[in-house]
Amino acid sequence: MSAILEASGAAPERDRGGPAQPLLSVTGLVKHFGGRRDWSGKRRGMVRAVDGVDLEIFKGETLGIVGESGCGKSTTARLVMQIIRPDRGEILFDGEAVGSPALGLQDYRRETQMVFQDSYASLNPRLTVEHTIAFGPWVHGEGRRAAVARAHDLLARVGLAPERFAARYPHELSGGQRQRVNIARALALQPRLLILDEAVSALDKSVEAQVLNLLLDLKAEFGLTYMFISHDLNVVRFMSDRVMVMYLGKAVEVGPSDVILKDPRHPYTTALLASMPSMDPDNRTEEAPLFGDPPNPIDPPPGCRFHTRCKFAAPVCSAREPGLGADLGDDLVHRVACHMADPSSGHPGAVAAMERP
Amino acid sequence: MSEAIVDVRGLTVEFPGPPPVRAVGGVDLTLVPGEVLALLGESGSGKSVTLRALMRLLPKRAAIGGTIRVDARDVRQMGAAELSAYRGSTIAMIFQEPGLAFDPVYSVGDQIAEAVVRHEGAAWAQGRRRALELFERVRIPSAARRLDSYPHEMSGGMRQRAMIALALSCRPKVLLADEPTTALDATVQIQILLLLRELQRELGLAVIFVTHDIGVATEIADRIAVMYAGRIVETGSCRAVIRACAHPYTQGLLASRAGQAFERGGRLQAIPGAPPDLSRLMPGCAFAPRCAKVRDACRSGLPAELPVGPGHVARCVLLQKEPVASLSSV
Repeated sequence: MSAILEASGAAPERDRGGPAQPLLSVTGLVKHFGGRRDWSGKRRGMVRAVDGVDLEIFKGETLGIVGESGCGKSTTARLVMQIIRPDRGEILFDGEAVGSPALGLQDYRRETQMVFQDSYASLNPRLTVEHTIAFGPWVHGEGRRAAVARAHDLLARVGLAPERFAARYPHELSGGQRQRVNIARALALQPRLLILDEAVSALDKSVEAQVLNLLLDLKAEFGLTYMFISHDLNVVRFMSDRVMVMYLGKAVEVGPSDVILKDPRHPYTTALLASMPSMDPDNRTEEAPLFGDPPNPIDPPPGCRFHTRCKFAAPVCSAREPGLGADLGDDLVHRVACHMADPSSGHPGAVAAMERP
Repeated sequence: MSEAIVDVRGLTVEFPGPPPVRAVGGVDLTLVPGEVLALLGESGSGKSVTLRALMRLLPKRAAIGGTIRVDARDVRQMGAAELSAYRGSTIAMIFQEPGLAFDPVYSVGDQIAEAVVRHEGAAWAQGRRRALELFERVRIPSAARRLDSYPHEMSGGMRQRAMIALALSCRPKVLLADEPTTALDATVQIQILLLLRELQRELGLAVIFVTHDIGVATEIADRIAVMYAGRIVETGSCRAVIRACAHPYTQGLLASRAGQAFERGGRLQAIPGAPPDLSRLMPGCAFAPRCAKVRDACRSGLPAELPVGPGHVARCVLLQKEPVASLSSV
């Protein structure tokens, strides 16, 4: 049965730009929600969910996106998936602009699929598992019988025996099993990019580990590329090659996950790491790294959005917004949006930060 | 050792069917004043139901067995008046979702004042004064102004602080916390944990803290009780359970944490299978179907609580001193 997938899902000829070209390249992505125009015509009360995000995902890698609620990580995923339309910004998939004549939305959605957090809400309760998975291929022009055969094959690959599970409805499955069905459905169109938006967050810890292992296996087997969104730094560290940290609609730090999670350069990343519960009963956290909640993305603070909670904040931080600066890394790209990483910014801590070993 | 303030013996909770679901299947718990116990378990392990039984918050149709004694009183025998005095002044609870626990149509300050007036017969102004003190205590910024806020006007972390203020308003001796930090962001979670630890120490509260997160339990607990399928499978000091756990389920939980895998690209040691269906529990150890070290004795009867170290017990046949051969012949 596995021949069905291998025959039609050969990846190499679909790869247009070669391995050096990013699979996904996003520039200047902006999405604002709501807001009213006041008497002068200026929009106020607007949620700046995503406010100028650039990102690249290379072929075969996993890009992890971390951040707290309201940082725009899920909105970024939905914009990339074209579930909601961006206000501004360009999305290139393997060198082709999404929505252009060369890569229409229907073709793009065959290449990119998504798995959501709520495994139950994202399945149709009135479709059996096999029909749920077979529906996509069928809509995209595959014969009914072939689509169901493929569904059975995928069920086996995500660890659900088709003879036991194919005829079940979503309510007859456990949370972990439902998430496996969601993953199988996402793979049914043989996508190249899979967006996992908190896909394991609702699962119990013992089941979470199983699904993470499954995702690693499937990635190797089908040559997939992942955009992996989570609030759990441990999970992101385990899954990702590179990590992007977001805060209030902006990327604040991007780089290889080993580097970022060991030697973070942005004060927010440092605080996020220090907020992880300690696993050592003799060495508990004694002081909270940050005070207060993340600010509201409605009318965020001017300048650096983190300056209201940052202990290194200087006048320059509220006056001018830092961009994602130049590469700090030795051989892998590591960029950070902080005045302290830029010696010319005028931040008193900038020089000290530069002199670090 | 001082007198136990919470003493639960053989607690069972069964929800009527069909099929009947045995959510808690015989839980023993003791808690001394000033102690923090973490109940650690996955969804459906019975940890929240145990907590609600202590508060008598379960629906009437739930069949409860065993004895529950809190502050030397039998909770199961309490009448309506005694119960409403007991809730709040002896025992108080904070919930996972403070947005749902508060009444949306009254200001938070009024809700706290109401609790004080109702329980202590204080004047309204006195209740409001207590609310202000508590708001300052839980470090809500600009406390006086925030008293007049409605729950929806507060952020998640601030609502949880207000919830803690409400729970402490009538000076309880025991605080029950049902996943109070699960819905919060990481940077806020640690603030709430530190606040709870500080208040617990200062007020000498006994706390039962329900969580599914080992890291959170490690941060807050003196003792950890691990629950699986309605039973406590391992209890011990926080240090003992984290460093030298004896039950295969606890070992599996610790090994499957993503933070444990130091090598990226390696695999996690996941526990196979899924938690059991509580309406169809087999006799014997409930973890047996998922356990890598299972033997015949596991399926024949419920394993007894066996000592691992000082104050550290686990329900696992592997801890029995007899040779393994005699176990499999049972």
